[in-house]
Amino acid sequence: MKTISIKVRDFSHSFGPKRTLKSISLDIYKNEILGIIGPSGSGKSTFLCALNRLNDLVRGSTEEGLIELDGEDIYGPGVSVVELRRKIGMVFATPVPLPRSIFENVVFGSRMAGLKNRRKLGELARESLEKAGLWEEVKDRLDLSALKLSGGQQQRLCIARILALKPEFILLDEPSSGLDPISTMKIEDSLRALKDEYTIILVTNNTKQAARVADRTAFFLGGELVEIGATEMIFRAPSDPRTDDYISGRFG
Amino acid sequence: MTKIERNERLTRLALLVVAFSAVSVLAIITIFIFSEGLPIMFKYGFKAFLVGRDWYPTEKSFGLLPMIIGSMMVTAGALALAVPFGLACAVFLAEFSSKRARTIVKPVIELLAGIPSVVYGFIGMVILVPLIREKLGGPGLSVLAASIILGIMVLPTIISISIDSFLAVPKTYREGSIAMGATRWQSVRMVVFPAARSGVIASIILGMGRAVGETMAVIMIAGNSIDIPRSILSPVRTLTSNIALEMGYASGEHRQALFATGVILFVIIMILNTVANMTSSRRRG
Amino acid sequence: MRIRPRLEEKIVRAALRLLTLLTVAILLLIVGFILKKGLPAVSWKFITSNPVDMGRGGGIFSTIIGTLALTLVAVVIAAPVGIGTAVYLTEFTWENKITRVIRFGAECLAGIPSIIFGLFGFILFVDKLKFGWSILSGGLSLAFMLLPTIIRTSEEAIRCVPADYRQVSFSLGSTKWQTVTRVVLPSAIPGIITGIILSIGRSIGETAVVIFTAGSALRLPTSLFSSSRTMAVHFYILAREGISMSNAYGTAAVLIIAILAINLATYYLLNKFIRKYS
Repeated sequence: MKTISIKVRDFSHSFGPKRTLKSISLDIYKNEILGIIGPSGSGKSTFLCALNRLNDLVRGSTEEGLIELDGEDIYGPGVSVVELRRKIGMVFATPVPLPRSIFENVVFGSRMAGLKNRRKLGELARESLEKAGLWEEVKDRLDLSALKLSGGQQQRLCIARILALKPEFILLDEPSSGLDPISTMKIEDSLRALKDEYTIILVTNNTKQAARVADRTAFFLGGELVEIGATEMIFRAPSDPRTDDYISGRFG
Repeated sequence: MTKIERNERLTRLALLVVAFSAVSVLAIITIFIFSEGLPIMFKYGFKAFLVGRDWYPTEKSFGLLPMIIGSMMVTAGALALAVPFGLACAVFLAEFSSKRARTIVKPVIELLAGIPSVVYGFIGMVILVPLIREKLGGPGLSVLAASIILGIMVLPTIISISIDSFLAVPKTYREGSIAMGATRWQSVRMVVFPAARSGVIASIILGMGRAVGETMAVIMIAGNSIDIPRSILSPVRTLTSNIALEMGYASGEHRQALFATGVILFVIIMILNTVANMTSSRRRG
Repeated sequence: MRIRPRLEEKIVRAALRLLTLLTVAILLLIVGFILKKGLPAVSWKFITSNPVDMGRGGGIFSTIIGTLALTLVAVVIAAPVGIGTAVYLTEFTWENKITRVIRFGAECLAGIPSIIFGLFGFILFVDKLKFGWSILSGGLSLAFMLLPTIIRTSEEAIRCVPADYRQVSFSLGSTKWQTVTRVVLPSAIPGIITGIILSIGRSIGETAVVIFTAGSALRLPTSLFSSSRTMAVHFYILAREGISMSNAYGTAAVLIIAILAINLATYYLLNKFIRKYS
């Protein structure tokens, strides 16, 4: 029986006068990989950033409706945004390593959360880098500046960085858009391995990637959720003609 | 809200207080200068200060016209020197020399901008003034001497900012012009220069501000006479040196008159600053 | 007469090169002249002994101390206030009318001639607040003068930190304060320190402000309330009153070397930091 981890009900969002999300309603199940596809500007990234309240950083960001995480309204009063963001880790399209060593990057979030013990941090770093599939490549040079890694390695570093916070959810916003096919494959493999422990939401411009990796897929268009369902269903027999058009490449 | 987030509010408040005090500094200075200087200007009339030709403050004669003219002449002279040389340098370094030459010469010029004004004044005093006295006549302590030294002082400012303005012009502008068959110089003249114009103008206005505000060097070489200078070889006193020369021993209304000098100076600088701001921000949009 | 473009180009290039060389030469000659005349007067004794007989003899030790004391007071006051203001303006407020006013104020302050700061400091600190001619009065006046520069350079340095860094930091569960102190400021430090060091260079050479607020006592200063002479003021007095040309040159040489050393240190530090972080 699938547990619902995140409930989204009639959620709308605007940046100032510009409406970005229109009345989105969907459920996200525990330990699934949910793929979100759709053309640029359809609100996919905005939706993602609404889940970890990263939109709050932008001036003029307003929202209506409900997003419930494990039963709690994330926009409710008294909610700690800081703790929320630790529960929900986000990986961006362009990997952004901080100008520090690999080790410092991985433990950054944990340090901010108050973890100081050097040994514990070391174990945490190793664990996270292993799960992200990067440990073997960097284990001997943890003090190297993270900026010296390749694009694919940097992206896996970013994944390790959020794993160190022991999140419940991992959000990825077009994580392999700048990467070569091999790095992409490595990341997709990691996602399949990670889903046992985490719930994963993956925004991607590449429909084939969603088809490969996601259990369920959602199609966003113009700020609206057009349809959502099991990946096979969406790709083989979508109910909405717009979905069909997008997937078969008639637009997008 | 966690404890950390509550502390955030406090730090934000603390920083606001800090920022506020920084602003108050400007307010305090402005209020101060004006509150000490305006009353006497009202008492004797603005005309007496701005148009009067006789500065005998102990006898209640507060004519600042010679000093106003002095400041203007010296500044104009400084710019007459600094702008051509400065722009020539800037154009050469930005458009006609290699990056390597630039990385050596530009810092050197900026380094030289750090030389104290008293040193420039000194050089003027021991080399330039006697030279002028010998070759051109007059006491040597003159508008000419001040203009030359101020011009040299202002050069690094104009050069540095102008170079930055030229370098900020997108490569594509130049490439487009050269692709159409223009020579380097023609591209600079017809494309790059107009594009960098507001930055260059801002640098000149900044230089003007520096020249108007310069005190110590001027005192050492301009002669400090209270008459309107008759030629560039005549000695001259500027608004700034007026304040500096007499502040040590002025009291009562004399002192207030010096504040009035400060007011006039202040207003001139504010105008220059605002104009500089407007030209550069019009570009940036 | 129309000159062919290629020929015009050659002439212009040559002319510009000449003018540039001339300009740089003039600037270098000035420094060279001072150093040539001044270095002979500089010795270990010169630097470590106090002026004697109004500066006709002896060295410049007390003025060196005076310079250091004044600069220290000025920077200790101006740096935290300036950096704090810059942090507030860039990180804790949205761009609005208030920030524009603050920024305009800072820019105006930056353009005010130093003599006005001297005038202001004289009346406020020396006279009305009764601090007298002192390191305190001088330091405070200098601090006022340095403030806008520090605000401006700090602000620029902070703005240069990529927005991505902040976004990443927040997404990892940092608070605003943590993001500012652990991510933004560390990356901005090279630029901020450059600004402060340049301000130090400025205050060392500053005369108009100092002479009217810190006075010109030749004795070694004993407290914040002592009057004290800086190297720049000492040089000015020696030169203008004609007390001792050789000592004047010597003081100028030390002054210039100090300032050049500070500027070079800044460039060196800046390059080193840039290399470290990329």
